[in-house]
Amino acid sequence: MSAAHLSGGAPPLLNVEHLSMRFGGLLAVDDLSFQAGAREITAIIGPNGAGKTTVFNCITGFYRPDVGRVTLNTDRGPRYLERLEGFRIARAGVVRTFQNIRLFANMSVLENLLVAQHNHLMRASLFSIAGLLGWCRYRRAEKAAVALACRWLERIGLMDKADWDAGRLAYGDQRRLEIARAMCAQPKLLCLDEPAAGLNPRESMALSELLQSLRDEEGIALLLIEHDMGVVMQISQHIIVLDYGRKIAEGSPRAIRSDAAVIRAYLGENGTQPLPPEVMEDVGQS
Amino acid sequence: MSFSHRPINPADLFKDAALAALMALILALPLIGFRSVAEGGQLALTTRFDWVGIGVAGVFLGRLVLVYASSFWPPSGANFALAEAVREGMSRYVMALAGMGLLLALLLPFLPFSSRYVIDVATGLLIYIMLGWGLNIVVGLAGLLDLGYVAFYAMGAYSYALLALQFDLSFWICLPLAGLFAGLLGIVLGFPVLRLRGDYLAIVTLGFGEIIRIILLNWYEITGGPDGLSGIPRPSFFGLPFKPTTGEHEISAFHQAFGLEFSGLHRVIFLYYLILCLALITNFFTLRLRKLPLGRAWEALREDEIASRSLGINPRNTKLTAFGIGATFGGLAGAFFATRQGFISPESFTFVESATILAIVVLGGMGSQIGVVVAAALLILLPEFGRELEEFRMLVFGAAMVLIMAWRPRGLLANREPTLRLHRRDRRGGEPR
Ligand SMILES: Nc1ncnc2c1ncn2[C@@H]1O[C@H](COP(=O)(O)OP(=O)(O)O)[C@@H](O)[C@H]1O
Ligand SMILES: [Mg+2]
Repeated sequence: MSAAHLSGGAPPLLNVEHLSMRFGGLLAVDDLSFQAGAREITAIIGPNGAGKTTVFNCITGFYRPDVGRVTLNTDRGPRYLERLEGFRIARAGVVRTFQNIRLFANMSVLENLLVAQHNHLMRASLFSIAGLLGWCRYRRAEKAAVALACRWLERIGLMDKADWDAGRLAYGDQRRLEIARAMCAQPKLLCLDEPAAGLNPRESMALSELLQSLRDEEGIALLLIEHDMGVVMQISQHIIVLDYGRKIAEGSPRAIRSDAAVIRAYLGENGTQPLPPEVMEDVGQS
Repeated sequence: MSFSHRPINPADLFKDAALAALMALILALPLIGFRSVAEGGQLALTTRFDWVGIGVAGVFLGRLVLVYASSFWPPSGANFALAEAVREGMSRYVMALAGMGLLLALLLPFLPFSSRYVIDVATGLLIYIMLGWGLNIVVGLAGLLDLGYVAFYAMGAYSYALLALQFDLSFWICLPLAGLFAGLLGIVLGFPVLRLRGDYLAIVTLGFGEIIRIILLNWYEITGGPDGLSGIPRPSFFGLPFKPTTGEHEISAFHQAFGLEFSGLHRVIFLYYLILCLALITNFFTLRLRKLPLGRAWEALREDEIASRSLGINPRNTKLTAFGIGATFGGLAGAFFATRQGFISPESFTFVESATILAIVVLGGMGSQIGVVVAAALLILLPEFGRELEEFRMLVFGAAMVLIMAWRPRGLLANREPTLRLHRRDRRGGEPR
């Protein structure tokens, strides 16, 4: 297994080993191993139905993998995510977004960002007691939480829509809000499931910039499922290609672009024929 | 402002109305058309086909008007701003309504028109308002459809009665204990069922409600079975009972302490203020919790459990707190019910009670505190004032429910106000606070 893309000898932030997940007769993820380094963007690509979302669901506790180990290396030692209950995984530092946006549609934009800070605020409110009594301990924490939310609102340009119901936002705004909400939970690893889906080219550009700034300024690691090869090739350090649940290639964007197996996966068996131009573009060969 | 109008084919319109009239005819013929009357010790059948005719014609015309009017609805995009303005205006109107309601409630016993009957009805209404507010935590905020809420009401009532009868504890000790026991029951019942969602949860809680009632009915040694428990001690005014005592030397009753003539009304008024306090505590507690992380987590779970979990909210514990707190308030209301009636039996805790309380919450607009008050007033007072209508009372009541749900399917006051605003309520966005 190659871990050459990871700098230094420190263990990678996320280490997935021999992950398998079966649905009835379908092996959705087949003995998958990969790593995601700190302060890096790791992309997972592959055709529809390749098992990318299933991998996310295993990492974030929505499915329990049949086989395999998912280790998150934190300052306080390794955490084995496959053994944790779903909500504890967020507390351990892994937060995700969803392929079909899942906002709290009837709550305001600001409230969405406050819910993400639930655990921190809950502790500050002494499980509601300090909050009910209106102690300044809680009021201070709430003010800080609103300030953090405002910082993200500013950043995703939704400041003047802070009091809108989240469900009323435009599609692109909802996507960005979901990312901001995940960031308000202060993750070490952010898993994004097709964040550019349905965005126009200009919005995709802005998204690329946002994701890069999350890596460079916030110093978190990103795990990115994405079909938009422009985005993937531009921002990721490391790419993992899945097909029928198996890893068929992995490496830097440059290496993936010219990998024969990848091209075959995207085009079926006769990958030897010259590719039509729009497909070439789609796999990032220009 | 122009309303968009979907044109409808007149033939379709008439066909639709005729169909409705036919349905009405089929229903009305046996229900209204024939009537049994006693004629000299015998039953005879008379007919009232004229009534049927009037009813069917009414349905036909009503349906025509309804369908025609509904072709102007819903408002198209151009009318969105109007809907917004109505929304804004309404929430201001609602605040004024709440203030006036509170003032009325505080002064009610001293208003000129108030009598023992009025205070009694108001007390009964306040019990339902409190129950509605309690259930609103579970259903409106946490989104858990609980059809067995009456179990906690019963638990509170029986806990209070048994504690007071067996251990001779005073009202002010029994009341919190009854709430505590009901809350514990809520948590115990909650554990196994909270993994279920939606309809499944509703069915299981319905079952639990019935199980509790059947236990009460059959555990004769403790609960008195169908005979219930009687002689439940009445509350005292912090140790001073409401009794027509005439001790000369020591003060031993409420009216003596305040130098009043004894009157049976004192207790009625005291009970009224007691339930008003309990209900207001429920309300303020809920309003406050809603703005805390716990309350937001309830609402987040209602909106999307999967997303909540992915953000680190523990769904089980969070739902349990909602269940437990809702049950506690139900229990407190039950304790009050027991002390007010002096007698309780399983008859008072049937599924109909659960359904009424749930109807109050749903009709009011899920999660809306003022909506609960309005809906409770409608549901409890309408049948009360409708007594002159005699046999048509429930018909009018049902029609009112149908109309309200057709007019406002999400409840009377379904507007949700954010728990925290960044900008002041202002049309143009406004300045950050
Ligand atoms: N809960 C599930 N039950 C059964 N099959 C599933 C389930 N989730 C995913 N699958 C199947 O697993 C395969 C991989 O799905 P998915 O991970 O969503 O693919 P991708 O995200 O790469 O498009 C698909 O064939 C899908 O039908
Ligand atoms: Mg997917």
